[in-house]
Amino acid sequence: MRPRSARRPRRRTVPVLVVLAALTVITLDASLGDDSPVEPLRRAAGEVFGPVQSGMSAAVEPVASIGDFVTTVSRLRDQNADLEARNTELEALLHTSDLDRNRLAELERTQVVASGAGLDVVTAQVVGVGPAQSFSLTVTIDAGTADGIGPDMTVLNGDGLVGRVVRADRTSATVLLLGDAESVVGGRVGSSMELGFLAGDGDLSGSGRLHLTTIDSTVQPAIGDTVVTWGSKDGKPYVAGVPVGHVESLQTSPRDSSTVATVAPFVDFSSLDLVSVVVGEARRTETSALGGAEPNQ
Amino acid sequence: MTVLRTLVIAMIVVLAVNLQVGFFSGLAVNGVVPDIALLVVVAAALSRGAEYAAVLGFVAGLALDLAPPADHTAGRWALALVVTGYLAGMVRQDADRSAFVAVLTVAASAFVGTSLFALSGLVLADPGVTVAGALSVIPTAVLYDVALTPLVLPAVAWTLRRTTPMSARWAAA
Repeated sequence: MRPRSARRPRRRTVPVLVVLAALTVITLDASLGDDSPVEPLRRAAGEVFGPVQSGMSAAVEPVASIGDFVTTVSRLRDQNADLEARNTELEALLHTSDLDRNRLAELERTQVVASGAGLDVVTAQVVGVGPAQSFSLTVTIDAGTADGIGPDMTVLNGDGLVGRVVRADRTSATVLLLGDAESVVGGRVGSSMELGFLAGDGDLSGSGRLHLTTIDSTVQPAIGDTVVTWGSKDGKPYVAGVPVGHVESLQTSPRDSSTVATVAPFVDFSSLDLVSVVVGEARRTETSALGGAEPNQ
Repeated sequence: MTVLRTLVIAMIVVLAVNLQVGFFSGLAVNGVVPDIALLVVVAAALSRGAEYAAVLGFVAGLALDLAPPADHTAGRWALALVVTGYLAGMVRQDADRSAFVAVLTVAASAFVGTSLFALSGLVLADPGVTVAGALSVIPTAVLYDVALTPLVLPAVAWTLRRTTPMSARWAAA
């Protein structure tokens, strides 16, 4: 393309320039955090890659479920997918309403009206999974701000808590899973109502555990205890009362007399498919909560 | 022609990134999927040389850094793939004809690429990156990448060959 003489010095220049460019991006993103100029770029990339991921996931579905090979059953399959989505939605509601009773007692004490505490959820499908090579546990879901999803919303499925939304584009959102090393969830031990923090162990194979440290170190959770989310103001990033997992084992450190409990999450992170995102805590009665999909804010 | 070539390579990169997080997530081994984007960069290095591969590595790496569901510090894959692409391009002359050398280049590149990414995580104190985690992930990634080489490398090399000579002739005229 270029004369040989001009090519030789450029050979070094270009790689050095791109290395410097990469280092600049890293520095900007690492030092500026949430205000980093990379955020708009991420959002733009999400707008482009999100729909491609959704489309591709839909395209490879027939390959993945090789059993449904006849195209005439596609109508039934659509129906089935709808029902599955509905089922997950209802199961999620069931779980949460079950645990809302615990929360209700809590809320009554603080004199907050919670008679119809339900959850508005949006059901979405997992279309992309972060590779272990990236050392983080994140997934892409095929619903975004257009469906009312925003950052710091609780994500759950029929089994329990999945994680929280960290970033949302128009048609897709990124979910940080519970097991990620950066994930910390406030938890409440079911039997004693004791509070603690659940941190992900960062295990990348999808069979990770959570480490529960109780705030009151004199209280030991019992093995088999169910841990639910403790919840935060306005349900962000986590709504209260979502089942997280059960206590599997206890490790006591004599030095600082603290106990760390290993919690096995209810959700199998290696086979996530349909998830529900809590878009609002509807202070309405049961029917509207079942209606789902309508954002509250 | 240059526009067309850029479009084609951009499409390959988008496809590679999405295959990596989408399609192959169902075929993951302990969470590890083949680094399709890295294989594309190595293929470009072997057929187009170090300089081209370094630039493509930057683009593909940035796509990996920014496309959902990535949530790590942006630029880390870009840096890893720039260096990988440049190094792979250095062995181009030897790897041109021999499939064996091509496979060796892929193995070495996969090792360098995934290790550099892990190292940058350690330097930036990313809580997800642990030495133990890296030691279990990197070998799996290298093996998976080598296994996918016969499928990805020829396809990318063919596409690049199809788009290159025309433009080369064009530029020369």
